[in-house]
Amino acid sequence: MSDAGIQPSLMPIRLKDVAYSVDGKRLIDGLSFEMFDGTRTVIMGPNGAGKSLTLRLLQGLIAPDRGAITWGDPPRREAGRHSVALVLQRPVLLRRSVAANLKHAAAVYGLRGDRKSERVERLLHIGGLEHLRRQPARVLSGGEQQRLSLVRALAGNPRVLLLDEPTANLDPASTLAIEKLVNDAHDGGAKIVFVTHDRDQAARLADDVVFMQGGRAVETGAAGTFFAGPSSEAARAYLDGKLYVEQGG
Amino acid sequence: MDDLASAFSHAIKLVATADPAVLEIVVLSLQVTLSAVAIACLIGLPLGALVAVKAFPGRSAAIVAINALMGLPPVVVGLFVYLMLSNAGPLGVLQLLYTPTAMIVAQTILVTPIVAGLARQVIADLHAEYDEQLRSMGVTATGAIPTLLWDGRHALATVALAGFGRAVAEVGAVLIVGGNIDHVTRVMTTAIALETSRGNLSLALGLGIVLLLMSVLVNAAVMGLRATSGRIAHV
Repeated sequence: MSDAGIQPSLMPIRLKDVAYSVDGKRLIDGLSFEMFDGTRTVIMGPNGAGKSLTLRLLQGLIAPDRGAITWGDPPRREAGRHSVALVLQRPVLLRRSVAANLKHAAAVYGLRGDRKSERVERLLHIGGLEHLRRQPARVLSGGEQQRLSLVRALAGNPRVLLLDEPTANLDPASTLAIEKLVNDAHDGGAKIVFVTHDRDQAARLADDVVFMQGGRAVETGAAGTFFAGPSSEAARAYLDGKLYVEQGG
Repeated sequence: MDDLASAFSHAIKLVATADPAVLEIVVLSLQVTLSAVAIACLIGLPLGALVAVKAFPGRSAAIVAINALMGLPPVVVGLFVYLMLSNAGPLGVLQLLYTPTAMIVAQTILVTPIVAGLARQVIADLHAEYDEQLRSMGVTATGAIPTLLWDGRHALATVALAGFGRAVAEVGAVLIVGGNIDHVTRVMTTAIALETSRGNLSLALGLGIVLLLMSVLVNAAVMGLRATSGRIAHV
């Protein structure tokens, strides 16, 4: 499904000393970590850790007060138009049919005519939404809406797919369907950055983990190592399901 | 009382038999009003959407101005258009005064702020909901306008209806710039005013009935449109 010619690599993605504040309150503070090609990176952490903000910073929806986010080597400040797609926790679907939502996305990503129609058909197939093509998108079940949201994000063949707790409040079957789509996108060559609260889901999906607490990356590393024995007290408490309050926080 | 009943009965007959005099006035009224509303929508919908989604210096002042213009007194608009189109005015050379075109211009000026002001609110609400999603897809604020106008089309149909209601019931401006000339610029409202003053209540009542029916029909059409589209496309 690739539309692109040869493009410079977006890897590694580097966040260096990134800070972000709202109304004087520092929500992201000295956030630094790197993400590499070919892996599914799962960002974990408690509420308020800054996970969703990190995705929005990566997507460019908000700008850091300090620090830098760079893509590739040599590092560039911009990932490139339509290179990165974001799937929100609560899907925002247009007041149109399922197929029309995908047509809109395909048009936004520059597809016209037959190529647009082919892409829409392909996305409907990938998402298992063919039988729902004429249904109003907003009357679908939560799982169907999230599937639509995810395949819509794939309409532009993103090289990096950011997912902000896409399975929150979904039942196991819907969660499984979303995880399969994510793994398929990964197999198709997309870099996956997945935010979740769910430790079991993180263990299923992660190749590497970024554990965040208080707006910072407390611990990063390979998933196997992290789940076998996290080095930070905050991550250990989180994985053990214990209450942990940051000192001075 | 008998006179009133007789006038009412005659009025019903005029409407039921599609009396040519009534028909001519109704057709011209619709031509003028629908043209004005169409032009007002072409200008007002994008303008309202632009003000709703685009941050620019003076945006708050623009919103205040649009809202203030929603209550423009029709006679003032009529006077302004008259001054512009009269022989001594800057557009006098066009010789548009006392023509349906002049009436369309006046009604467009009256209706455009209404359409723009109401559309701004509709689009602003929708934009608040769509903004993050569209920006994440790389859609700019200006680029989002066609999407917002399309997805807000049912609410915007009601906006156009409000503009239609304002225009079709308006009398002051069209009287000043149209002159209420028989067979040329006589529309329902000016004809009702004239025939009432002449004591020709049956024609005035007949036109009033048509005006009311038109309002009911347009409202019913919009309700039907919203219900149908609601079933087809979304909540």
